[in-house]
This record gives sequence, structure tokens and C-alpha cells, in this order.
Amino acid sequence: MLAWTIYISFIGAALLLLVPTRYTRALALLTATAGLAVTLTQLLFPNDLDELGVLKSIINLNWIPQLGIHYHLAADGISVVLVLLTGIAALAGVLFSWNVTYRTKEFFALYFVLIGGVYGVFLSFDLFLLLVFYEIAIIPKYFLIAIWGSTRREYGAMKLALYSFAGSAMVVIGLIAAYVVSGANTFDLATLAQHPFPATFQYWAFPLIFIGFAILAGIWPLHTWAPTGHVAAPTGASMLLAGVVMKLGAYGALRVAMTLFPLGLDFWRYPIAVLAVIGIVYGAMVALVQRDFKFVIGYSSVSHMGFVLLGFMTLSQIGLSGAVLQMFSHGIIAGLLFAVVGRMVYERSHTRELSELEPLHLGRVLPFASVTFVIAGAASMGLPGFSGFMAELQVLVGAWRTFPHLTLLAGLGIILGVAYTLRVMVLAFFSDKNAQSSTYRAGVNAISLPEKAGAILLLSMAILVGLFPSVLLDLILPSLHSPLFERVWKGGAP
Amino acid sequence: MNPLNLMRLVAPECILVIFALTALFMDVATLREQSAKVRQWVVGSLSGVACLTVMIWIACIRPEGSYSMVELPAVSFLLKEVLLGLTLVTALISFDAKFTRHIGEYYALLLLAAVGLMLLISSNNLLMIFVAVELVSLSLYAMTALDKTSPASAEAALKYFLFGSVAAAFMLFGISLLYGVTGQLQLDAIAGKLQTQHLEPIHYVALVMTLTGFAFKIAAAPFHLWAPDVYQAAPTPIASFIASASKVGSFFVLARIVLAGFGSARGGAGWGHLAAGWVPVLAILATVSMVIGNLVAIVQTRVKRLLAYSAIAHGGYALMALLADEQRAVSSLLFYVITYAITVLGAFGVVAMVEHSGGRDRFSDFAGLSRRAPLLSFCMLVFLLSLAGIPPLSGFFGKFYVFTAAISGPDHLQAFWLLIVGGATSVVSIYYYLQVLKQIYVAPAPANVGSLNISMPAQIGIVALAIAVIVLGFAPGLLLGRLNDGLTLVASNL
Repeated sequence: MLAWTIYISFIGAALLLLVPTRYTRALALLTATAGLAVTLTQLLFPNDLDELGVLKSIINLNWIPQLGIHYHLAADGISVVLVLLTGIAALAGVLFSWNVTYRTKEFFALYFVLIGGVYGVFLSFDLFLLLVFYEIAIIPKYFLIAIWGSTRREYGAMKLALYSFAGSAMVVIGLIAAYVVSGANTFDLATLAQHPFPATFQYWAFPLIFIGFAILAGIWPLHTWAPTGHVAAPTGASMLLAGVVMKLGAYGALRVAMTLFPLGLDFWRYPIAVLAVIGIVYGAMVALVQRDFKFVIGYSSVSHMGFVLLGFMTLSQIGLSGAVLQMFSHGIIAGLLFAVVGRMVYERSHTRELSELEPLHLGRVLPFASVTFVIAGAASMGLPGFSGFMAELQVLVGAWRTFPHLTLLAGLGIILGVAYTLRVMVLAFFSDKNAQSSTYRAGVNAISLPEKAGAILLLSMAILVGLFPSVLLDLILPSLHSPLFERVWKGGAP
Repeated sequence: MNPLNLMRLVAPECILVIFALTALFMDVATLREQSAKVRQWVVGSLSGVACLTVMIWIACIRPEGSYSMVELPAVSFLLKEVLLGLTLVTALISFDAKFTRHIGEYYALLLLAAVGLMLLISSNNLLMIFVAVELVSLSLYAMTALDKTSPASAEAALKYFLFGSVAAAFMLFGISLLYGVTGQLQLDAIAGKLQTQHLEPIHYVALVMTLTGFAFKIAAAPFHLWAPDVYQAAPTPIASFIASASKVGSFFVLARIVLAGFGSARGGAGWGHLAAGWVPVLAILATVSMVIGNLVAIVQTRVKRLLAYSAIAHGGYALMALLADEQRAVSSLLFYVITYAITVLGAFGVVAMVEHSGGRDRFSDFAGLSRRAPLLSFCMLVFLLSLAGIPPLSGFFGKFYVFTAAISGPDHLQAFWLLIVGGATSVVSIYYYLQVLKQIYVAPAPANVGSLNISMPAQIGIVALAIAVIVLGFAPGLLLGRLNDGLTLVASNL
């Protein structure tokens, strides 16, 4: 049933090109809602998934028998959590793209191709299929940014596309090598995860595939596509970029690189943890000095994704579950922040320069936007009661046992996170610099209904997961004990 | 041995020659007084019918077996069908072309070139192969020069002719040396002799000379210099034929010569383990082609020239396939080359349509094409993304299969360095394909141009090719299965 999330998105994309323009937005909303509804139905009424969180095959067809490639979709708890995130982000993204009027059909068609690809990656358990969906998700991003974007859009779009493809080329050649070395004539993830690859092979194949995926997760120093891409993208696309596309990279790193090559993982664990922590601190420090509102959020994404990678490297249950939770949490919160900056503020003020936003007194002009930002900012800082708190706490606890020194640095990243969020909050919304607001206020449209709906959807998810993290943890934890991760826990011993 | 048997084997070629002569005669004798349009349609339709007739003939009769110099492996049906299909679409694209008044001559030459290609894949005798190569080449030289109003066309034809003659000389020199040392012209007999002989330098000279001749024909760097000029200046339908059908034939015969004839002089291309033979020669040609083709393509501003450099690069990828063991080498090479030919023919078709509407092939002529011709632009998107190797289009699987084959051959992971070159350069290629797509989809259309003036037969052909690219991407097994069936039957004598 979950497979329908993929089909619905692609069918929606095709239909969007065919129906008259006046139905476009309604159809887009319907498609996004249907995708989310499928996932929710599956979660609330788990008829054919008796135990949620355990790996269940959805469909397994012999696709290209000559190379042992299967069309194999399946889901475990981690997949379900991320599919749920994709559904929420997609729906919110449509709501915040309600005002797209230039080439609307094409915008939403590309949008849903991207979504379909993302769903596909999270549900693929054949590595060839996973690659196919992974690359399907890249091309629409280029066009979404290059056609509908803003600041330096063609540069940002091309940079993002080239980084993404460089990453996927690394993954492709790494997987081909794994396929040939295993000699098993299969790309099935579960089979290959059981195969004892020689240690010398793992030592170079692991970083190839891990870094290939981690580029898309914004690993330092290969993160530079992320801020420029996010800033250039139109709101809906930057919500998806930060919300789900960066998760694709993290998911691939976890699902493919780590399960396939546990010995390589063990070997490279510390260096990658160092990169993750540098990403956390560096991203936060750069965010602290940005003058463009959207760049602050862009760099904060790099910082937050560092926690995901750090969580992976702890190789402890609490660290890994925290990392997956952080993927969900950051997807929601970053989406919300980009929505406030890109849609609620920028579409009305037509500037993102903090110095120009200061005199506008947006706190009074746009009360809904400022309240949303305050709550989202609090969630982003990791205040208790929000999803980010549970996630980052778990990661830090896991990391403390393994890398105590690095954890101290990562903690510094959290403090910096508070600093840049508060700084930007004050500058953009609550500055007491000379007011122009009375003249400005008259020309500003009120926050529209779709924006409110989207904001409330995302806020409620951040709070819900913050108060009841077990909703998701119940899905994540059993998956970490599946046979896929067996050899990861044993450090590669067969 | 019944001479009628020979007639049965070469009947398709004979029928095609009769059609070619009929087309020529009809135009010269009966249509002189008619307008160019009528002549185009009558002679063009006749050529189309010729291709279809022979395709149906081959599908029904399935000639197979050998007689004297003619030897038809089972895979040759499929290849001939493909060649005829490509010729048919080339004829469709040239239906409304205005580059020449010599309509009968044009179609006759096109059909004769097709005959040459069919003979090329029907023989395992070096002399016969050489004659077929020359038949193809002479037709192509003449066709390149057909646009008598364009000095560039004449210059390109001269360049093509001079380079081609030198290549033929190399090839002939190699063949004569080979005949000198083995006393044989049949490939299987040569292979038998080579196995018993100790390999002397003279053998390697013969090998390198023959390969050099073919490297010219397939435009592998550093023997590629003619290609950009010819693609650029030849009338577009002819350039498309050179890039597609003639590539299929040349690559197949190259594979046949090295695998069937030089099997024992294989050598090795492992990193640090280069061993003398044809494999290192091809590996070096492949590397140079991939690097030069992709890097030089970056700076092009004319679409046909860009496609020429991309053709050089793709030649490099295709050569990688020959590193595999025999069966995989042929099946991955043919899959790659056939899908490439379909794709590039379509891309040239779109260029031809733009030129047909008064444009040229500069990037600026493609600006805003998506609003002037949505369907054609979508086809161009499909073709270029397939050339870039993006799933789910056939180019992705082709490249994936070639990469897999290359390191599963006798060199095993030793040949991994070629994969790294291939992966890195294909990331580079994304950049220039996206540059063209950016013009089509992102750039605004110039104000003074209307929608594109498209000829219906050409549009049918182009759309059919786009569908083929998509279908073969989703179900590569369709072609792969038939290729493998054909190959298992001839593995002994191929």
C-alpha cells in the first residue's frame, strides 16, 4: 500500500500537465494529501503490517533478470518515518507554493516528480532501484531552482545539480564494485548486507559510497551547495530541499553504506565523526554572521544535519535512533523556517537583507509570521517540548559514550544555535530601530489561509513529536534490530 | 553449398539496392518537372517503404548461417532491424529538408549507406569488411557535401574524406600485415593461427594499425578531429545518420574483429598491470575520448558541435564495454551503442526541426523552445537526459551495464580506474547537457518568433524515438533479452 505514495505522485505529476490551469493547484493539493493519507492510513490501521517497524516487502518483481535487478519495494520503521515526513513536507510545500503563478503546471509537475523520487528512495530495497529513484529526484530540483528561483538561481541550481550528480556517481561506481566483488549477481540490499566483503575492499568502498550519499546530507566540507541552493530555490522547493532531499543523502548513507560495509564503517568512524562535528560548529558559526535571512537558515541546516551524521557514527542504539528522529525533526522545522523566510516575509518585503528588514518591524506588521518564527526558532534551538530536543539529546548522549571530546564541541554547536536563532529573530522581527512600519503596514497583504494551514500543520507536528517522541521511536527502534543492522552492531563480524 | 543459399542470405541487401536504384531512376527520369516538395514526398516515401519492406522481410525470413564470405550471426537480425529503423527515421527527418535539390541522389545514397552497414555486420572476412566500410564511407562523404550552397559543407566533406582515406589506409595496412603473418582473412581462421603463433612485434603493429583505422571511424580521441567539423557543417539529417547508424555498424564490427579475430592477443588494462594487446589500446582510447570529449564539450556554444563532442565521449564509454568477457562485452556494447544511436538521432532530429524553422544550431536559437514547441522540447529533454545518463531513461542503464561489464571482465577490479574516469567525466557531461536544457526550459523565448514549424513525418519519427528511449529505460530487458538470445547462439563463432 505504501508503494502508492510513489505512484500517486508520478500520476499526479502527469495529470498536472494535462488538466487546465485553473485546476492545477487543487490537483496539486489533492495529490499531496492523497500521498500523506496513504501513509497515515498505513500507520493508523496497520492491517498488513502487523508489527510496525519490522521490514516488510511490498512488491518484489524480477525487473532486469540479466543483471539480477529486482523491482523491490519494502518498508521498515525508518522508511515509514521518512515517508511520513515526505508526505507532510510535500503537503506543506504545496500550501506555501499557493501563490506560484508563473508556469504553474510545470512547477507542480516537477514538484511531484521530485516527491515521487523521494518516496521511491525511502521504499527501495534493491540498490539499483534506489539509485534510479535517487537520480530521478535530482533533475527536477535543477529546474525548480533555475526557473522559479531568486538570488543567483542559475548558479545555485547548477551547483546543486553537479554536487548531487558527483555524489551519485561515487555511489554508482561504488555499488558496481560491490556487485562485482560479491559475485552474488544481485542488487538486493538484504542479501548484500549479509555478504562478508573483504576488509581491504571495505576500507575504500565505504568512504566512496558514504561520502557520495553524505554530499547530499551536507557533510562538511562538501556542504557548499546547500546554502546557495536553498537560498536560490523558490519557497516550496527550498522546503523540500532542506526538508526531505538532505534526508535522502543521510538515509542512503545509513541504509546502504553503513549496512553494506560494517568493517569500513568501523575504520572510518572517527574521521567522519570529526567532519560531522566540524559541520555542526562551522555551520552554526557561519549562520551567526550572515546578513541574508535565508542564508542563516541555509547554514543552520548544515549544522543540524551534522547531528544526524554524528548520530550515525556513534553506532549506539540511542545515537542512531536520535539521528533518525533528528532527520524527521529537522525536516519539519527547517521547512517551517524556510516557509517563514521565503514566503511569509520575502514575498511581502521583497528583501531578505537583515539590515533592511530591521526597520520594517515585522513583529508588528506580520504577527502570525513572527509567532510562527518564534516557535519554530525555539524548536530549532532544541528547547524541550519540541522534536529537536529529543533528537539532539539522544544523539549527544550516544556520542558522549563514544567520542566525549567531540561531544563537547557539538554541545558548543547547540549554544551557537541559540545565538544565531535569537540574533536573527531580533533583527528580523523585534528590532527597535527607527520605525517605518506605519507607512509600510498599509501595503502588506495579510497572511493567507494556505500559509496559515501549512504553518499550523508543521508546528503541530514539531510539538506532537516533541511531546510524544515514542510515536516515532516505536517505529525506529525495532528497525534497528532487524537483520539488516545485525552486522553493524557486531562491528562487521559475520 | 548452393549459390541460392547466398542469395537467401543477402536478399535484404539486394532488395535495398534495387529500391535505391529505383529511387534514383524515378527522380531523374520521371519527376524532373515536379516541384521539390512532390519529389521529396515521392522519393522519401519510397525510401521509407524500402526500409519497412526489408525490416518485415528480415523479421519473417530471419536469414542465418554462412556462405563463403558472408556469415550472419543470430544477433545480426536485430542489428539489421535497428539499422533499418534508424535509416527510416533519418529519411523521415529529411522529408521537408531544403538543403539539396538532388533528392533522388540523396535518398539513393542514404539507402546505399544502409546497405553498406548491413554488409558490414554480415561478414567475418576482413576483405569484405573493408569493402563494406568503404561503401558506407563513400556514401557518407558524398552526402556530407550535398549542400552545395554551403562552403562549410564542402569543406567538411573534404576533411571527412581526407581523414577517412587516411583511416582506410591504416586499416588496409593493418589487414595486409595480418594477412602476411597469418595467411588468412577469415576472422576465425586468423584467431586460430594467432593462437598457435608466438606474438611478435609485427603482430602488434598489425593490431595497432587496424585499431587505428577503426578509431578514426568511430571518432575515438585522439583520432576524432574530423567529427566536430563534419557534424557541424553537414546537413543535419546526414550528421544524424553519421552519428547513429554508422556508429552501430562500426562498433559491432570492431567488437567482432577484436573478440573473434584477436582473442588471443588480449593483453590487460589493470592499473599498473598493463599487458600488451588490444585491451590496453582500447582502454587508453576510451580514457582519452571520455576526457577530451566531455571537457571540450563544455565550451561549445553550438548544439551540433556539442553533440559531436558528446559523441566522442560516448564512444569512449562504449569502448569500455570491450574490456568485459566476450558475451558481456558484446551485449553491453550493443545495448549501449543501440540506445545511444536512438537517442542521438532524436536529438539531431530536434535540431533539424529548429533549423527547419529558420533557426540555426546556436544556443540562442533554442531559447524558450519549450513554449514554442512543447512536445518537441520534451523529446529533447528525454534525449539529452538519456545522453547524460539519468534514470529512468535508457542511457542510464546502458552506462550502468557497461561499467558493470568492464570490471567484471578478466581484468576484474584492476580496471576500476576506468570506472573512476567514466564516473567523473559523466558528472562533467551533466553540465553541458543542462546548458542546452536551460536554454530550452529556463531562458525566455525571443519576442519575434512564433511557434515552431514542424514537419509531421519528422515529428512522428522523433516522438517514436523518444518513446523508445523511455521504454528501453524502464524495461531494458526487452532489448537485452534479445541481444543475449542472439549471442548465446553464436558465442562459438562470433
